[in-house]
Amino acid sequence: MIELSGVTKRYGPNTVVNSVSLTIPGGGVNALVGPNGAGKSTLLSMIGRLLPLDEGEIRVDGLDVSRTAGNVLAKKLSILRQENQVAVRLTVKELVEFGRFPHSQGRLTAEDSRHVEEAIEFLELTELSGRPINRLSGGQRQRAFIAMVLCQDTDYVLLDEPLNNLDMRHASQTMGVIRRLATELNKTIVIVLHDVNFASYHADRVVAMKDGAIVADGAPGEIITGPSLTEIYDLEVPVHSYADRPVAAYFAIGSRPVPNRNANHRPPTKAVLATDH
Amino acid sequence: MLVDRRRLAQVANVRGMPEFGRPALVLLLLGILLAMVTALFMTYDLKGSLAFALELRGRKVGGMLLVGFAVAYSSVLLHTITNNRILTPSLMGFDALFVLIQTSAAFLFGTLAFLSLDVRLRFGIEVGIMLAFAAILYRLLFGGENRDLFLLVLAGIITGTVFTSLTALIMRVLDPNEFLTLQDLLFANFSTVNRDLLLVSAAAVVVIFVVTRPLLPQLDAVAIGREHAINLGVNHRVLVRQCLAAIAVLVSVSTALVGPVAFLGLLVSNMAYQLTGTFRHRYTPAAAGMIGAIALIGGQFLLQELFASVVRLSVIISFIGGIYFILLLLKEAGR
Amino acid sequence: MQAMSTRRGPRPAPGRIRDTALLGLALVSLTVVSAWSLFIGVSDINVSDLLQADSSKMLLFVESRVPRLAAILLSGSAMGVVGLIMQSLVRNRFVAPTTAGTVDAASLGLVVATIWFAGVSVFLKMTIAVIFALAGTALFMTLVQRLRYADIIVVPLIGIMLGGVIQAAATFLALRYDLLQSLSAWTNGDFSGILRGRYELLYLVGAMTVAAYLFANRFTLAGMGRDVAVNLGVNYHRVLYGGMALAASVSAVVVVVVGGIPFLGLVVPNLVTMAMGDNLRRVLPVTAVSGAFFVLVCDIVSRTIRFPYEIPVGTVVGVVGGAIFLALLLRSRFNAG
Repeated sequence: MIELSGVTKRYGPNTVVNSVSLTIPGGGVNALVGPNGAGKSTLLSMIGRLLPLDEGEIRVDGLDVSRTAGNVLAKKLSILRQENQVAVRLTVKELVEFGRFPHSQGRLTAEDSRHVEEAIEFLELTELSGRPINRLSGGQRQRAFIAMVLCQDTDYVLLDEPLNNLDMRHASQTMGVIRRLATELNKTIVIVLHDVNFASYHADRVVAMKDGAIVADGAPGEIITGPSLTEIYDLEVPVHSYADRPVAAYFAIGSRPVPNRNANHRPPTKAVLATDH
Repeated sequence: MLVDRRRLAQVANVRGMPEFGRPALVLLLLGILLAMVTALFMTYDLKGSLAFALELRGRKVGGMLLVGFAVAYSSVLLHTITNNRILTPSLMGFDALFVLIQTSAAFLFGTLAFLSLDVRLRFGIEVGIMLAFAAILYRLLFGGENRDLFLLVLAGIITGTVFTSLTALIMRVLDPNEFLTLQDLLFANFSTVNRDLLLVSAAAVVVIFVVTRPLLPQLDAVAIGREHAINLGVNHRVLVRQCLAAIAVLVSVSTALVGPVAFLGLLVSNMAYQLTGTFRHRYTPAAAGMIGAIALIGGQFLLQELFASVVRLSVIISFIGGIYFILLLLKEAGR
Repeated sequence: MQAMSTRRGPRPAPGRIRDTALLGLALVSLTVVSAWSLFIGVSDINVSDLLQADSSKMLLFVESRVPRLAAILLSGSAMGVVGLIMQSLVRNRFVAPTTAGTVDAASLGLVVATIWFAGVSVFLKMTIAVIFALAGTALFMTLVQRLRYADIIVVPLIGIMLGGVIQAAATFLALRYDLLQSLSAWTNGDFSGILRGRYELLYLVGAMTVAAYLFANRFTLAGMGRDVAVNLGVNYHRVLYGGMALAASVSAVVVVVVGGIPFLGLVVPNLVTMAMGDNLRRVLPVTAVSGAFFVLVCDIVSRTIRFPYEIPVGTVVGVVGGAIFLALLLRSRFNAG
C-alpha cells in the first residue's frame, strides 16, 4: 500500500504539488492524468524518492521513502522516468542485468540470471539482447527499460509517461505489457498517462490532478466523462463508448476552449501534443 | 523482416563475444607494457653508482606511477558522477586551486616557515583545505536543478585561470625578486621528488583505493544515470560526496608531486574507455591508471633521450590533450 | 542557453542624452584617473616639480610616465573595442581575442620571428605576429563553423582550447630556444617596460580603433546575421572577415608592444552592452573609454600593491577580469534558466 499525506513540493514561489493525500492499495493499474504542469510527474518522482519532499510523508508498505535506506526501497519499488538517455554504451542485456543490482550488488547469481532471462522474454527482447541500447528504436528502448524495471522484481512499479514518443503500435504494445505486469505478475502499477483513453481502457483506477492537487479520483468510467474532463482540462470533450469503456474524442475538436475559464488559454490540440515537463 | 532481425542479432552477438574477455586482456597487455617501460626507464644507460642511480630513478618512477594512477582515477570518478567524459578535475581548476592553497599558506605563515614544516603535516593541511573546497564543488555540480555541462567546463577553466593569476600575484607580492626561486620551490617536478612526500602520497593513494574499492559496483549503476542509480537503491548523494572527497585527495597527491597536468586525465581516461570497450569500474580505473603511468614514464624516457630534458612532458600533454579536447567538442556539438 | 544564442535580449531604449551623459562621465573619470596615474611611481614627482621644470624629473615624466599612460589608453581602448567587434561578428558574447586563439597565435608568431628572423626590425616582427594572429583567428572561425549550432558556451571553449594548443606549441619552441622568459612577457601584459620610442606602434592600433568606429554600423548589421545583412545590401563575408582581420591585427600589435591582457576584451564590452544595448555605433566609444579606464585602474593597482615593486598588469587583470567574467558567466546561466 502506498500512502501519501500532505505531500507538498515547491520550486521557489511556485507550489507544484500542494498538500496531496492519497492511498493506493496494492494491485492494479493506477493512472495519474491531468494537464501539463499539474504536478503528476513531480508527485511520481517524490513517491520514487527521486525528488525530496518539502512537506508531508510518503509511505510504501509502511516504509517512509525519505528515511528508508535506498537499497531496501529498491527491492520494494521501482521507478522509470520518461527521459531515459544513458550516457554509457550498454547492451540490452547489460541494462536489464542492472535491474538485479539491488539484489546482488553487481554480482549476478544464477537466480538473478533467471530473472534477467524472464524479463527479456516477457518483453520480447530476446533477439535484441546483444544490441547496444543507443541503436534501438524508441519503442524498443522503452521496452528495454521496462524490462530492467521488471527485472528489479518490485511489488510497486512507478512509470512516468512510458508511452511518450511511441507510435500507435509500440504504444499499444507497451501498454499491453504494463497491463500484464499487473494482471499476471500481480504488481501494483502507478503510471502517469497523457492520453486519457489509455487510462480509460487499461487502468483500474484513475487519479486526476490539476494545479498540484487531486481533483478527481475513481474508476475510469467515473472520471472519463464529459463534465469531469471539462473540469480537469478546461475543454469540452465529447465522450463516446467503445468496448464498454469511455473514449474521449479530444482529437476531433478544433480549438473550442471553455469560455471565460482561463484568459490565456492555448489551443487544446497543442496542449495534448506537447510533452509534459 | 524476421530473418533480417535475427541476422542482426547474430552479428551483434558475434561482436559481443570477444567483449567479454576484452577488458581483462587489455589490462593484461597494459600491465606488461607498464612493466617493460618501467624496466627500461630504470635500467637504460646506467652509469656511476648503481645504488644511487637506482634510488633516484626509483623515486622518479614511484612519483610517476602515483601521479598516473591518481590523475586517471580522479578523472574516471568525476566522469562517472557527472555522467560525461569531458569534465576532469584539472579542467575544473582543481589542481590550480591546490597550487593556490600552497602559495597562500606560504603567504600566511611565511615562505621559510612553511617550507620547513614537516612534509606530512604540510600535505595534511593542504588536503584538508582541498576537502573543504570539494564540498563547494559538490554544491556547484549537484546543487542546481539543471546543470549545463559546457558551462561548467568553461566556468572551471576560467576559475583555474583566476586561481593561477592569483597564485602569481601572491608570489609577486611575497617577494618580487625571488619570484622564480619561489616558483621552483613551490612547483614540484619529477626530477626533485621529495622522499617523504612520496611516501605520504603513496599512503594516501593506497587508502583511497582501499576505501573506494567496495564502491566500484555502485559506480557502475551511477554511470547509467542518477535516477536509475537511485531507483536501483544506490545512495547517490552519499556516494557522490565520497567520490568528490576521494578526488580531492587524489588531485592533491598528483599536484603536490608534479604540479598541474592539465589534459592527462582527459586523455588517459578516454583512452581507457575506448581500449577496454567498457564503462565497468572493475576495469576502467586500472586501465586508465596504467595508461597514465605508461604515458608518463614512457614520455619522460623519450623526452630525456630525444630532447635531453629540455622539453617538459606537460607541454606535450597540453598540446595533444588540447587537440583531443577540441575533437571531443566537435564530436559532441558538431554537425 | 538557447535564449542566449540570439544574443542579448531587449535593452533600454536608446536615449541620446543618456548616452552622451554616460560617455561624458566615463571621459571625466578617465581624465582624472589618468592625471593621477602620471604621479604614481618609484621616483616622487609632483605638479610643482613640473612647474619648476626640474630637468631630471621632467625627463622621467616625458620619457616614461607619459608614454606609459599613452600605451595604457591606446591598448586598453583598442582591446575593448576589438572584443566588442568580435562578439558582434561571431554573435557570441564570450568571444574575444583571448578566447579565440588570437592572442596565443600572435605570441607564437613572435616566438617564430625571434627564432628564425632574429635580425629583422620590430615592424617586421610585428607583421609576422599579425600574420600568425590572422591565421589563428581564421582557424578558430573554421572550427566554429563546423559546429551544428553555435552554442554560446562551446564556441569560446573551442577558442580557449585552440589557444592552449597554440600556446603549448609556443612553449615547446621557447623551451628549445631558451625564450621562455620572453614568451612569458608576451603572454602576460606589462607596462613597466614602456618608454618613449618603444610604444609608438600602438598609434597604429589607435588608428584602427578609429577605423572600427567608422565601420561600426556594418559590424552591427553583420552581427544580426547573414540574412539580415544581405537583405540590407551589406557584403556579409567581407564585413565578417574584414572585421575579424582588424581585430586580429590590433590584438597582435598589442601583444608585441605590451603583451597579452587577459579578459579585457571580454569583460569590458559585456559590461557596457549590458547597460547600453548592441548598437555598435553607440556602444563603441563608451567601450573604448571604459577599456582604457579598466586597464588604467588595474595598472595603478599593479604599481601600488607591492610598492616599490611592480606586478605585471596581466596578472592583476587576470584576477579582477577573471572574477568579473565568472560572475557574468554564472549570471547568464541564471538568466537563461
